[in-house]
Amino acid sequence: MPKVTIDGQSIEVPEGTSILQAARLIGGDIVPPAMCYYSKLKTSGGYCRTCIVKVTKGSEKDPRPMPKPVASCRTNVMDGMEVQNITAPDLVEARKGVVEFLLINHPLDCPICDQAGECDLQNLSYSHGIEKSRYEFKRREFEKIDIGENIKLHMTRCILCYRCVKVAEQVCESRDHGVIGRGDVAEISTYIQKAVDKDFSGNMIDVCPVGALTDRTFRFKSRVWFTKPMNAHRKCTKCSGKTVVWLSGDDVLRVTARKDKFGEVEEWICNECRFERKETKDWNIEGPRHIDRQSVIAQNHYEVNKQLKIDVSNQKLLGEKAHNKQ
Amino acid sequence: MGIKLLTNNINVAGIQKLDTYQNNGGYDMFKKALSMTPDAIVEEVKKSGLRGRGGAGFPTGMKWSFLAKPEGVPRYLVCNADESEPGTFKDRYMMERIPHLLIEGMAIGSFALGCHTSYIYIRGELMYVYHILQKAIDEAYAAGFLGKNILGSGFDFDLHVHCGAGAYICGEETALIESLEGKRGNPRIKPPFPAIRGLWDCPTVVNNVETLMAVVPIIKLGGDEYAKIGIGKSTGTKLISACGHINKPGIYEIELGIPVEEFIYSDEYCGGIRNGKKLKAVVAGGSSVPVLPAELILKLANGEPRLMSYESLGEGGFATGTMMGSGGFIAMDEDTSIVKNLWTFARFYHHESCGQCSPCREGTGWMEKILHKILDGHGNISDIDLLWDIQSKIEGKTICPLGEAAAWPVASAIRHFRSEFEEYVRNPQNIIEDHHYYRLNNISQESV
Ligand SMILES: Cc1cc2nc3c(=O)[nH]c(=O)nc-3n(C[C@H](O)[C@H](O)[C@H](O)COP(=O)(O)O)c2cc1C
Ligand code: SF4
Ligand code: FES
Repeated sequence: MPKVTIDGQSIEVPEGTSILQAARLIGGDIVPPAMCYYSKLKTSGGYCRTCIVKVTKGSEKDPRPMPKPVASCRTNVMDGMEVQNITAPDLVEARKGVVEFLLINHPLDCPICDQAGECDLQNLSYSHGIEKSRYEFKRREFEKIDIGENIKLHMTRCILCYRCVKVAEQVCESRDHGVIGRGDVAEISTYIQKAVDKDFSGNMIDVCPVGALTDRTFRFKSRVWFTKPMNAHRKCTKCSGKTVVWLSGDDVLRVTARKDKFGEVEEWICNECRFERKETKDWNIEGPRHIDRQSVIAQNHYEVNKQLKIDVSNQKLLGEKAHNKQ
Repeated sequence: MGIKLLTNNINVAGIQKLDTYQNNGGYDMFKKALSMTPDAIVEEVKKSGLRGRGGAGFPTGMKWSFLAKPEGVPRYLVCNADESEPGTFKDRYMMERIPHLLIEGMAIGSFALGCHTSYIYIRGELMYVYHILQKAIDEAYAAGFLGKNILGSGFDFDLHVHCGAGAYICGEETALIESLEGKRGNPRIKPPFPAIRGLWDCPTVVNNVETLMAVVPIIKLGGDEYAKIGIGKSTGTKLISACGHINKPGIYEIELGIPVEEFIYSDEYCGGIRNGKKLKAVVAGGSSVPVLPAELILKLANGEPRLMSYESLGEGGFATGTMMGSGGFIAMDEDTSIVKNLWTFARFYHHESCGQCSPCREGTGWMEKILHKILDGHGNISDIDLLWDIQSKIEGKTICPLGEAAAWPVASAIRHFRSEFEEYVRNPQNIIEDHHYYRLNNISQESV
């Protein structure tokens, strides 16, 4: 098995593993951020350039360094390869540049964006960005459109990661949308007179790293951090039926797929589970979902809160009892 | 007169037509090639030292020998006729004037590489050239130079010409392949390279029009003789499309290695700077290569004359050198505004970015806007530094070389002409009136 060293830490990985995946296996600070790569979608990655790393030694056989930074998500490890990520100041600087590029035309409308709190771009700019934008021109804007009955497209926020296009190609029955136009006016769009309506298309919302594709059944219902994620399942003939339901009190505000610690969907879920099962009675609720990916609620306070709620009600009960005694 | 290998018959009346082309030796080299083994042809091309004429200058023989040859999988030769680089207009001229030379070159190349189907991908704006090529292909089929069992050799070969839809990015070889497959013209992420997985996922060679045409004289002369023409590793002749403020703009076939000064000032070529003006700067190889001020394009840093060759133009790296590129030679006289010129280029790259990768998609537009702001007289000194920073953050971070193509002109203009940018910032009135608006619109300043 090829051995690769990333920022001084070595690991042996199977042939065909990307530098990014190897870094994820090592874990910690040396994992490059990824905005377009998605391990569950073939041919994803390579676009955003946030995951760039410096290859200082190509391999044991050919030790020459690579002349330019490479996209770690699309570059496979070779035996003896040496890679620098956070230990190379010029690379860190280059990544700051990429983050700045991603942000110059982003509307920064986080206060009214449903993705806020779970947004990869928000997290990225916080961890890797510069504090002030040097961009002083008008940002590019697009009209908001419904690209299907349940999905809203807010193109102004899109970073053209192409993930939704790949979901349509690989998870849905067929693709009814794609990228039209080019350069900085390229946009995600449905084809003429088409709508994104295929089953499983709701997964596009989950893979969208920003708030460009949002769930119309959840829009503006609540901020993410006011809802409580619960693992839940139901019998479903189309998908595994294993989801996360996001509760406010007893109301199911939204249903999403379960995501792993890299923010990637564990199992694709069908549109019925996602959009049409919005009552607690539709679901067997297993208990709080532990969020261990980048998210505003990754502190998992709600798990404690649930405890508190029980305590409070217990106390109330005790109080009532005491009252009755009187 | 210098040696001419590609344009020697270009002025023969009717050379567009097959019979005239044949009367001037046309297709004789294809016949000769058919009597050779494919490997022997590749060997001749290797020996010739021919380097790709599409911009990168990669040795053609080596590219051909890298082509994967798995059993039972077709291979393709694709001619890149998407020529859209500002300043470069040599391929169009050749295809228009002598289309059979390209067909012959492609037939020889396809035979050498074992391709039975090949494509010419021509830029959409050149519809009339498409028709010329199609007509020539039809003639070649009728005469038995294309089709089944060509000239009894047992070699089957079909040639198609396909029209793009007007995108510079489709000249990048993997975007070209995507477009040829009927998809959006986005460059692919490499590896795999086309030599392993190209068109329809099969091994593919992509070559420039001029490169493929040059194969014909290589077969005629033999690789060794061809390699004697030119200088050092810059062998053979090169077509230069010369434009800008010169007396004789046009397409010139030069023997590689002539001095740049001779090319600009001799009557055989550009005939000097028009209206008796002085030369200010040159973009030597199409809009994406670094611009050089007159003193650096004419002379190397050590004072020796700079030559029209891959090595000499590149001498000094980007600090004092540039690149051969695709041979689009743009000369600018003393009245030219470098900032204005740069803005034109920046606008082009902004418009042509495919938009896949963030540094190019966002950075090209940003640079254009800043340049526009400076031209409009609202720039600050810090904008010049910002421009420098942006280009440095695009360069080397992108999927395809369009990012570099957009960054290099900005970097070189600031490197060599920073004072001019500063002048725009400090004294916008003078410069803007003088160079930009009035000159652009042909208004004399008195009349305003
Ligand atoms: C943005 C971009 C545009 C290009 N346009 C052309 C073109 O119009 N014609 C061309 O021959 N090569 C063009 N190239 C270079 C091709 O990718 C490729 O290197 C070339 O066709 C190889 O042919 P050669 O080896 O014969 O030079 C372009 C490259 C880039 C990055
Ligand atoms: S560098 Fe520009 S043109 Fe090339 S792939 Fe990236 S966005 Fe497209
Ligand atoms: S995550 Fe690798 S380029 Fe986007």
